[in-house]
Order: sequence, then C-alpha cells, then structure tokens
Amino acid sequence: MSAQPPSTPAGAPGVEASAAESLAAVTGPYFGEFGGRFVPEALVAALDELDAAWSAAKDDPGFVAELDHLHRTYTGRPSIITEVPRFAAHAGGARIILKREDLNHTGSHKINNVLGQALLTRRIGKTRVIAETGAGQHGVATATAAALMDLECTIYMGEEDTRRQALNVARMRLLGATVVSVTTGSRTLKDAINEAFRDWVTNVESTNYVFGTVAGPHPFPSMVRDLQKIIGIEARQQVLDLTGRLPDAVAACVGGGSNAIGIFHAFLDDPGVRLVGFEAGGEGVDTPRHAATITSGSAGVLHGARSYMLQDEDGQTMESHSISAGLDYPGVGPEHSWLSMIGRAEYRPVTDAEAMEAFRLLCRTEGIIPAIESAHALAGALVLGRELGPDSVILVNLSGRGDKDVATAAEWFDLLDGKGVTA
Amino acid sequence: MSQPDAAAVPSRSGAAIDAAAARGAAALVGYLPVGFPDVDTSIAAARAMVAEGVDVVELGLPYSDPGMDGEVIQDAVQQALDAGTRTRHVLRAVEEVAATGAAVLVMSYWNPILRYGVERFSRDLAAAGGAGLITPDLIPDEAGEWLAASDAHGLDRVFLVAPSSTPERLKRTAAACRGFVYAASTMGVTGARAAVGARAEELVAATRAAGAERVCVGLGVSNGAQAHEIARYADGVIVGSALVRTLKRADGDGRAAIGDLRALVADLASGVQR
Ligand SMILES: Cc1ncc(COP(=O)(O)O)c(C=O)c1O
Repeated sequence: MSAQPPSTPAGAPGVEASAAESLAAVTGPYFGEFGGRFVPEALVAALDELDAAWSAAKDDPGFVAELDHLHRTYTGRPSIITEVPRFAAHAGGARIILKREDLNHTGSHKINNVLGQALLTRRIGKTRVIAETGAGQHGVATATAAALMDLECTIYMGEEDTRRQALNVARMRLLGATVVSVTTGSRTLKDAINEAFRDWVTNVESTNYVFGTVAGPHPFPSMVRDLQKIIGIEARQQVLDLTGRLPDAVAACVGGGSNAIGIFHAFLDDPGVRLVGFEAGGEGVDTPRHAATITSGSAGVLHGARSYMLQDEDGQTMESHSISAGLDYPGVGPEHSWLSMIGRAEYRPVTDAEAMEAFRLLCRTEGIIPAIESAHALAGALVLGRELGPDSVILVNLSGRGDKDVATAAEWFDLLDGKGVTA
Repeated sequence: MSQPDAAAVPSRSGAAIDAAAARGAAALVGYLPVGFPDVDTSIAAARAMVAEGVDVVELGLPYSDPGMDGEVIQDAVQQALDAGTRTRHVLRAVEEVAATGAAVLVMSYWNPILRYGVERFSRDLAAAGGAGLITPDLIPDEAGEWLAASDAHGLDRVFLVAPSSTPERLKRTAAACRGFVYAASTMGVTGARAAVGARAEELVAATRAAGAERVCVGLGVSNGAQAHEIARYADGVIVGSALVRTLKRADGDGRAAIGDLRALVADLASGVQR
C-alpha cells in the first residue's frame, strides 16, 4: 500500500518545491493556516512520540507489509467498486460508481485507520488503546483491532449516541471493550473526544489514543489521512480500468473528514477531477440544527487544531445536529479547511431529508443498504449528476453499511407499524 | 510595534509572588470560574479569597470544551455557561477583583481568546487591570500572536509544564513565560486529590534548572497540609477544584458557601507559610 506522491517535474529541487507543486505532498502540522497543536503541554511528548513512530513506520517495509497483509486477509481489501445504473437513472444519466468501503470487515472505512494505529500501538510498546466514537463504527473497529492484537480497550461515546447506535454499543462489548457513556456537555461525539483526551493525559504512559478521523492535533490529521488514502489509490485505478478515464467528480460525506480525504487524496493532483464533500445539513443550514462546518462555520480552535468549526460569538462550540451520528460533529479536519480555502475541493450541505431519500433509493434500486453518513454522499451524487450531465462519471465513497442504522431508518420511514415504504 | 524582551516588562503576578516570599511564604494562587454559581457571587467569592490571603487570583473563563478539567470544574463552567456567562462578564470580574489590589490572571482555553481577538483581548484585559493569562491548551510553539500582544500590553503569560515535558521543552516554556511557570503536579486533569504527585518536586527543580524564575505547583491541592508540603520547594501553590467545590452546596445557600470558601482559604494561607 505504499503511496508514492505524484512525480515532480524534472529538476524540482527538494521537498519544498515539490510540496508547492503537488497538493498531495502537503503534510502536517500545518495545512495552510490550519492544523497545528493546541493541546496541554502534558500531551506534547506523546504526540511527538506518535509523530516520530509514524514517520518511521510508514516507510518501514516490514510495517507496510504487515498492514498490507492484514488488509488483504482480514479487512477484505482491495474493496470492490460497483456501478449503480438503476440508482444513477435518478441522476440525469450520469454514471455513478460506488467505492465499497461498506464491505470492509466491521462495515466501514474506519478499519483502514484503526489497524494501522493498532499496529503502531504495539510498535511503541503500549498495551491499552482508547478511542472516541460517534456512530460507533470507529469504536467497533477499534474494539475489533484490540481483540485481534490483545490490547486493553476503552471506548468513549456520548450518551445520546449510545442510545441511537445501541447495536454498536453491544458489538463493542461483545468484542471485549469497555464502553463509557459520556454525560457531559452535549453528550455527543465532541464530548466523547474531550473525555478521551482526559483519559489520555492521565494514562499516557500505558495508553495510545486511536483517533478516528483527520481532525485533532498533529500528527492525527496526517497519520489518519495516510492510513485512509488507500481508498482513493485503489479507486482511481479501478475507475480507470472500468471506464478508461478519470471520473469527473468524486463525492464523499464529511464528518471529521477521514473517508473524504481517503478518497480525495489520490486525485488532489488531477485538476480535472472535481472533489466534493457533503456535510450534514441537518434540518437545513438556515436553521441552527445542522453540522455543516465548512459551509457555515468559521475558523477557530477545537480539539487541538485550528480549522473551521461551529462556534458562537464568544468562541464557545455550538452543538451540531444530524440524523447521522457519524456526521454530528461541530468541527472538521484541517486539510479540508485548507482544500476549501484554496478552492481545490468544495463542500456542500445535504439535509437529513435529502440523505434519507437517497438512502431509500439505493436500497430500492440496487439492493444496498448504506450507512446514513454515506447516504449524504449519495444524495450529493444525485445533484452532481444532474449538474454534470449525461455520460459524466461520478465516483462515490460508500463509506459504510447501514445495519447500524436500521432502527433509525425504520422510524424515519414509519416502518414499525407495518405500513411499509412506497417507492 | 516595539517588542521589549520578556524580562524587561515588569510582572504583576511575579511581584505578588516575590512579596509573599519576603513574608516567608509561598504565594497562594486561587482559581474560581466566573459565573459560578452566578457572575456576582463569583466576584464576591474571589474578593473574599483575597481578603483571606490569596495572593494571585485566577479567574476562569468558562468554556464549552474544557479538556484539561475534571468533573468539579467541568460542572461549574457548564453551569456558568448555561446561566449565560459571557467573555465580557469575565472582563468585568477582572476589574472588580483587581480593585482589591491582588494580581488577577485570567485562565482560559485558547478559542474564546482567539474569537475575541488576541490583540483586542490583551488590550481590554490590561485596561481592566488584569495581570495576564494562563493558557492551558496553548503551548509556546503556537503562541506567536499572544507573545507579541502580551509584550505590547505588559501582560504576564503563564504556560504549563508537565512531568512528561522534556528538558528542551522546559527550557522553551520557561523562556516564554512571564510571571511564573505553572507546573502540573501529575499527569492528569484538574481535581482535588488525596496526595499531590510525587513528581512535582522533581519537576519544579528541573523547571528551575531550565531557567524559570518562579515556579508554582497546581493540580490536586486541596488543603493546608498539602500546601505546606509544596511551599517547601515551590514559589507558589495553585488551588482550584477544592475551592470551587465549596461553592457547590446542595442547599444553594450562597452566604454559607462563601463562609466555607473563606475557611478553606484561611487553612491554605496558613499552609503556605514556610
Ligand atoms: C460509515 C461512516 N461514514 C462516515 C463517517 C464520518 O467520519 P469521517 O468524516 O471521518 O469519514 C462515519 C463516522 O462514524 C461513519 O461511520
């Protein structure tokens, strides 16, 4: 899975010049004015340790081979792509191709990141992992890797999320993890992250924090990106093989941004490919109930990095809302803020209702039940298809499957009293 | 804008610590969040702390995501925010508490300061009579704008060191601080503890060796006996959660709460005598 940065023009002298020409070569701590490390001093040593360990591991053929072996024999990589013509019929004749991260072991892209960080945990000699989780997918992936590698595991999850993703709480407990229900603040993902940081600062000698997305202090945005970019590396070649050309657009949902950067990254230096991230528009970005951080947030510091975020006049973090727990986060990774600012990627909101309509449509037309998070990208692809016109090719990251969301969907579509959905 | 070097700007909190030393005591540094249980009571409580012997007051700016705080302070600041406490209330509290003559530092996570504007906050803090800022989630590496603004407005800047800090980082942090260096006694979050971390004394020595002029110890201190122990080797003793806890009475009796606060401060103030 070694990812070579695109080759630089002959004669380009050294790292700085190539970084200036290749967007894909840019790496933390800063992405333009975003990123950094806004953390208590007590955590700096651990972040430095992780940074050094990751820099060494990612270029160590032994480590790369071990992760690659796990991906082939455990995760199920490479994940396939699936063209979905019956779904695409609702998108103005565009061709829509799904990258099937939903077929990974544990049901989402989160496992790509977690296996790498769990291997790294062993490499730095720590015996315990902690993680935050919103939808529960990152928590399930972390609990899975901990079981596989014999690590002690504690997962922090907002109380609100333990209720709406109860199935995943049970899965984590089956896997042997301790699940802590977080009752502070808004009782969702942001508070679970606060609690995980508090655990980390207290237990840092034995414990590694397996962060779930491309947010947080350096090195997390770069390290998680490095571990997720396999999605785009595979998909770029798969689309070329299938269609003979690059896609016109790549679509992904954006919570913290890990599945989106994972699929975008291989295309950053393909200027003809539009990169579009779809944020949770909740009940609408003209209401206070959404999680559209880049669309309607402002720059600030949250959870250790400078990035766009939802905040009030005093810099207090605002509560976000989304029907999808995995997108219900008032922050976003710094690389996305930078890609938005320089205009390389665009970010748009998708409402709860639009996402659920796309969810229903994919179930009915293709026999695939997506995660509600991923349904935001599907809804976005329908719009993009109409904009780009017939014969355009749109690659969509289907970041996860919808088993965990069945109860939410049944409630949304009022299926529980036996009425059923009318197509 | 001219930028005098750190040592050339006189430090208000440094002067308060030196005055305590001249009396044969470590300085007593007391923390309370503004707005808990309400703005006026928190101001009255901070003034009462000064009357009972606190040398340096730390006024907490309530923040929605206090990653370095334990339960007691988390709950207090959440209650303060729910009751509508704003950044401007903190500046008013600074003014009213500084009027006692005590050195008043604001303890704030970085985003509220960033949002207010680093330069604008520095100007308004100085105008309110504040001594400076303690920044629990800002390390000197990220503090360029604050270093310049604090020099321009003659404000103290207190960064933290921890038992995990390397010698190079101790040096860098000691050089960036004005007033004192805040040594976190243990790896962990705020909260009263039965015993203060054994690594605190070592950390103070290492921080001094790295060039710090004054080092105060915080995290976990809850009574006069612990304060006395720390006063042997540190320039000041920082107390937070234990003080906040006195204001958290189930019966909501504000007058009794301030009585309890006064009694604890008196115990701590006798503890810091060397
Ligand atoms: C299936 C799925 N997609 C997307 C996300 C959002 O995270 P990110 O933006 O980091 O990909 C989650 C988070 O839980 C998820 O479970």
